[in-house]
Amino acid sequence: MTAGGPLGGRATSVAHAGGHGAVLRPRRGAALSERLAGRVFLACAVLAGVAAMAVVGVLAWESAAFFSQVSPARLLTDPSWTPLAEEPRFGILPLVAATAQIVAGAAAVAFPLGLLTAIYLQYYAGPRTGTVLTAAVTLLAAVPTVVYGYVALNFVTPALRGILPGIGAFNAFSACLAVGVMILPTVALLSRSALAAVPHSLLETGMALGAARARVLTRAAIPAASRGIAAAMALAVARAAGETMIVTLAAGNQARLTGNPLEGLRTLTAFIAQTSMSDPAPGTIEHHALATVAAVLFLGGYAVCALARWIGRAR
Amino acid sequence: MSDALHDPGTGTPGPPATPVLSATGLTVRFGGRPALADVSLDFPRGRIVALIGPSGSGKTTLLRALCRMNELIPAAVTTGSVRFEGAELYAPEVDPAEVRRRIGVVLRESALFPGSIFHNVAFGPRASGFAGDLHALAEEVLAAVGLWAEVGGDLDLPASALSAGQRRRLCIARTLAVRPRVLLLDEPASALDPVAAARIESLIHSLAGDVAVVVATSDLRLAARVSDVTAHLDRGELVECGPTGTVFTNPRSKRTEAYLTGRIP
Repeated sequence: MTAGGPLGGRATSVAHAGGHGAVLRPRRGAALSERLAGRVFLACAVLAGVAAMAVVGVLAWESAAFFSQVSPARLLTDPSWTPLAEEPRFGILPLVAATAQIVAGAAAVAFPLGLLTAIYLQYYAGPRTGTVLTAAVTLLAAVPTVVYGYVALNFVTPALRGILPGIGAFNAFSACLAVGVMILPTVALLSRSALAAVPHSLLETGMALGAARARVLTRAAIPAASRGIAAAMALAVARAAGETMIVTLAAGNQARLTGNPLEGLRTLTAFIAQTSMSDPAPGTIEHHALATVAAVLFLGGYAVCALARWIGRAR
Repeated sequence: MSDALHDPGTGTPGPPATPVLSATGLTVRFGGRPALADVSLDFPRGRIVALIGPSGSGKTTLLRALCRMNELIPAAVTTGSVRFEGAELYAPEVDPAEVRRRIGVVLRESALFPGSIFHNVAFGPRASGFAGDLHALAEEVLAAVGLWAEVGGDLDLPASALSAGQRRRLCIARTLAVRPRVLLLDEPASALDPVAAARIESLIHSLAGDVAVVVATSDLRLAARVSDVTAHLDRGELVECGPTGTVFTNPRSKRTEAYLTGRIP
């Protein structure tokens, strides 16, 4: 359901890896089951590759049909998105802005919280506290997103109404909080791995120069782990941008170009989910628009994932 | 000058100076057998002391005990006393960070911080709240280790661009920038080419006087050439300590003689 882009990308690379596995090729007289096993693995790998290519193909085909009716310039500059109006308008900006708002809000929650959690787990927690807290953070990753959405809509928003009276039943604020908590484990656990890879000698060197522990961590350990931490954050951004269930449930479905977090909004993903459910007829402009939005999401998600991988690898 | 250096007591005017650093009954355990057992040793002001002995003899443990670095290892238990200028370093009210500013150490596995040469040199002074001109300080300590001219005064050069020998000298400069009274060096010239090692050696010579230097090394030639006093450690015990010339030419202990001549006891 979430992040179709990165999943598709990974599937293709798995297919490639399968093609290079020549080291363990069975000898000619091998049993039938052995030869059959190789075929089965090949079939699975090919299937994954075909699935990825099929998704890309469908998106490209449908988007091409869309762009034959709406110019890319209009898609990118028209300030409103009303595909079902009598004179439909297709400006993707409100959807992109909504997704960006959710991502920014979730990042504002998850980046500081996740990084500080990672630092605590890596450098301050005792063995027992560390194990319990790591399990708790990992548990957050296991919560289905629909549960986050349900909690945001039915508990977080009503609770916020006491503090922010103007808040709508559907609002970006609750969605940001819920998506932020959802991506928290990604930031915390991957940042912790990055910190764990910092050589112990670097920390000792900092201490040997007369610096206190917190200073060594902020001035030496975190800079040394900055690439890994940045990669963790980029992956978290990709997950937040691809998140559908939470934003659909908590933020509603109003495609408006408004920055007000107390109002509802409609992200790229929420549009896809809800328009798909309204079952537009194939060949119609709404049907084509759906694929175009999906393609934009796919490309954006893929770009962020590629960025994350590049940051994590480059040295 | 060098004669005076090699004959402690006659070169310094007035009564013999109190040692700048003095360990008494120092014992360090990491669980099990002590890594350092009941070592008592004085470190004279402004002089170079070499700690020699095979690996596992306790050189590094002693060096780290003198600047309270062992306590960063959870299992370490230190007993005994280390006095710096008469003050007990292991007193409960003493801040270990403060200790490490007075007694600087260049660890064997010293790591460079990611970033520029300047960032590396400025780390220590910034941590101790240095309020003066950091650039002037950086120039001074880099010149002291002979790096200033080599990098053409370019403080923004990434530290990773330096050669192995230059990195070792940058580590020493970085520690000097905190203005310690005692400089502890763990294997300062190991795994360097002969030219780079010779530079480190002459650097150690040039630093003594302003600071007391303690060099832990398994390189006997380095110890013989560079130090005023040599202490031989073996299995955590202090076997012998005396003026370097005496220890190397006429050791009192059979164990020291065996180690110096390469005979395994």
